[in-house]
Amino acid sequence: MKDRLGFPRAARFLRLALFFFGAASLPGAAAALPFWLTLPEQASTYAGEIDGMFHLIMWITGIIFVIVEALLLFFVLRYRHREGRVAKYTHGNNRVEVIWTIVPALICVLLALLSRRMWTEIKENMPHDATEIHVQGEQFAWNIRYPGADGKFDTPDDILTLNQLHFPVGKPVVVTLSSKDVIHSFFLPEFRVKQDLVPGMKTRVWFEANRVGHWEIACAELCGLGHYRMKGFVTVDTPEDFQKWLAEQAAALAAEQKQASTAAPAPAEVPAALPPESKGGSS
Amino acid sequence: MSTVALPREVPHVEVHPAPTSFWRKYIFSVDHKMIGRQYLFYALFMLIIGGLLAMLVRWQLAWPGRPIAFMGKIAPEGMPGGQMLPEFYNSLFTMHATIMIFFAIMPILIGAFGNFVIPIQIGARDMAFPRLNLMSFWVAVPAAVLIIWSFFVTGGAAQAGWTSYAPLSAIQPRGQTLWLLSLLVLGLSSLLTAVNFITTVINMRAPGMTFFRMPLTCWALFITAILLLLALPVLSAALIMLLFDRVLGTTFFLPAGMVVSGQPWPNAGGGQVLLWQHLFWFFGHPEVYIMILPAMGITSEVLPVFARKPIFGYRAMAYSIMGIAGLGFIVWGHHMFQSGMNPILGTSFMISTMVIAVPSAIKTFNWLGTVWGGDVHLTTPMLNALSFVSMFIIGGLSGIFMASTPVDIFIHDTYFIVGHIHYVLFGGSLFGAFAGLYFWYPKMFGRMMNETWGRIHWAITFITFNCVFFPMHFLGMRGMQRRIYDYTQYTHLKGLQPMNQFMTISLFVLGAGQIILIVNFFLSMRRGKVAGANPWHANTLEWQTSSPPPHENFTHGIPTIYRGPYEYSAPGYASDYWPQSEPPAGPAPIKAHG
Repeated sequence: MKDRLGFPRAARFLRLALFFFGAASLPGAAAALPFWLTLPEQASTYAGEIDGMFHLIMWITGIIFVIVEALLLFFVLRYRHREGRVAKYTHGNNRVEVIWTIVPALICVLLALLSRRMWTEIKENMPHDATEIHVQGEQFAWNIRYPGADGKFDTPDDILTLNQLHFPVGKPVVVTLSSKDVIHSFFLPEFRVKQDLVPGMKTRVWFEANRVGHWEIACAELCGLGHYRMKGFVTVDTPEDFQKWLAEQAAALAAEQKQASTAAPAPAEVPAALPPESKGGSS
Repeated sequence: MSTVALPREVPHVEVHPAPTSFWRKYIFSVDHKMIGRQYLFYALFMLIIGGLLAMLVRWQLAWPGRPIAFMGKIAPEGMPGGQMLPEFYNSLFTMHATIMIFFAIMPILIGAFGNFVIPIQIGARDMAFPRLNLMSFWVAVPAAVLIIWSFFVTGGAAQAGWTSYAPLSAIQPRGQTLWLLSLLVLGLSSLLTAVNFITTVINMRAPGMTFFRMPLTCWALFITAILLLLALPVLSAALIMLLFDRVLGTTFFLPAGMVVSGQPWPNAGGGQVLLWQHLFWFFGHPEVYIMILPAMGITSEVLPVFARKPIFGYRAMAYSIMGIAGLGFIVWGHHMFQSGMNPILGTSFMISTMVIAVPSAIKTFNWLGTVWGGDVHLTTPMLNALSFVSMFIIGGLSGIFMASTPVDIFIHDTYFIVGHIHYVLFGGSLFGAFAGLYFWYPKMFGRMMNETWGRIHWAITFITFNCVFFPMHFLGMRGMQRRIYDYTQYTHLKGLQPMNQFMTISLFVLGAGQIILIVNFFLSMRRGKVAGANPWHANTLEWQTSSPPPHENFTHGIPTIYRGPYEYSAPGYASDYWPQSEPPAGPAPIKAHG
């Protein structure tokens, strides 16, 4: 038994099911769309620029998408088989070939030029006079190191934290990244920052916060079974609060060192990362 | 018994008698048509496994940590009590991608359609090296056995992602070694196939079958074979180096000072971590085109047949395939923008990447031009080919986002990339494969697949495919990383759970929809309408012989070719199709392409 469109009756049920599936999901998706289509908060100075580029590409590709898909659909419906229709006999047209080669090429070159300028600014030119921080990744934690009072790294007064990244607002930060074991990726979504940490190499990344607040560091490169919980915490302070926090950390470190030197002659231990678990349960 | 197919100058007699024993005919066959069908079953089997793995991955993403009771019995080590462990999750997505890319999509497009179609379409009795072809398939089988076996070794299957970035892949449990061995073996199989395809296309074309009278499927598969030949050895080299790092104590990818779990790694020093990425992606980017070019070829074949119209811009299509192939070798660095590679190098890779968008755009516009003004028959192969075009548009355009280096900073390694790759590999390659399957099924098995159920399968697949994969772009825009076992750990990702649940439910519907294809596939072999030689009224040579074609393909000997492959609706010719091998009669013009 077949219905009007040539579908057998058994297929009607499926068509109905599909219809309800679509009808149920579309309004839900539409209601959520304003949320889904937005990028996260812009907490760094260049986040706006990157998003601007994202939106420019979204507009360009969006317009191309709508035009091309609409044309495809229109052609399919307009030239659908009817009795007696004869297809146009043509092997193409060199002029349109040239046009639709050159136009996409120009758009792509334009996007590449705009991107190049921004890329140079973000990844190639490191700012001077920045807050310097070293971050070393390991399975599955972030070891964060500040130079301490002497302004130099790898000296006894270095301030070390585990998974706690603090920096001041309104001043560039340069983070030097390294890894103990495997590749990790330092991802601050709200700052539009991502840079891999590569064992055997040092990589650098800079950014400048434009607001105070609390966010999270995510690991964006698969680094083992605990990859999903390799999370850190970002606190952006006012410059005063940041100095206060540094002083607190330095004092705590000094107290710890003193205690260690009186209790045992062994040198102060660098706070070790949590040992990687052999079996991780779900949260 | 010698089984080398003879060059075209030889007069057409049946050179070798058809094999009669079961083993020679069905198992260790040297007939390209049987090998093609063997690859088809192989690929469909692996496609099912890859799909089931994807469902487990998506289950975890929709309901992190919720147990699946029966899985506790099937995989007690990875899912004790049905609850998935993070390392098992890592295995699942690693194996899903590996199986889909190397064991499903490549075998179905290259192994199945390439083997079945190339010799008949160019008018040859078989491949240039039939026994090498036999070897290709039977080398691919142990590779599949190895990759499935790896699930059962201590520590489970490989967990370092399909890209297996060193040094993580160097310090993983044993499953990774099997992964490496499996891909090495499979790489050998693909190399043999590539040599065979290239030789066949260059040497075995029938009289009159010039390069620019070749169907675009043959063009695409020919160029794909060249890509395989040039790119695969680089992957094999990298795989061997990583294998040595794991089992022989070399340090190609292990830098000095590596400390794993508080212990200095025993063999570390002098290695270069980024070397793996350069080698892998030097292969990996051409690999993307290895998987899409054959699907583009199939689409270029199906559109003219069902639009009853010559392909728009035949030469532009052939040249753009070559352009994509050439440029495909100089864009690999765009996978490494955030890897620590010098950012100046990033800029040059961005420019080459932007340029490679152009030939893809040319192809898309030419497909549009082919449909324009046609007489469009919306059969199942046509619906799938049109889906290929429309989904490839999305996959192509979303690629521009990550080609732009600053935008890539944010979306790199997020679900935006996962969305992009699935629009290209599922929306592209797999819809292309479906189009090819429905199109050539009658030629392969002599019977038609059920058209109604084919359309229902297409409709379910098309709708649910978009429900599963389009939202991935949104997840990426919210910053959700790929390859993450439990995103609800992060405050900014918690709100994404309803979207993930919607996607997972859609995937279950998508998966269930494939049962229709499987049932249709097997039932039609017995019960389908008898196809006849040329059910689609198509021009290319495979349709000018019986279905399935006889031993050595052509009953009346090697045909002579008089015109291009897409002469549909030619004015002044009685029928709306004009087979390539039809001798010119009367005053009708013979038109060359261009």
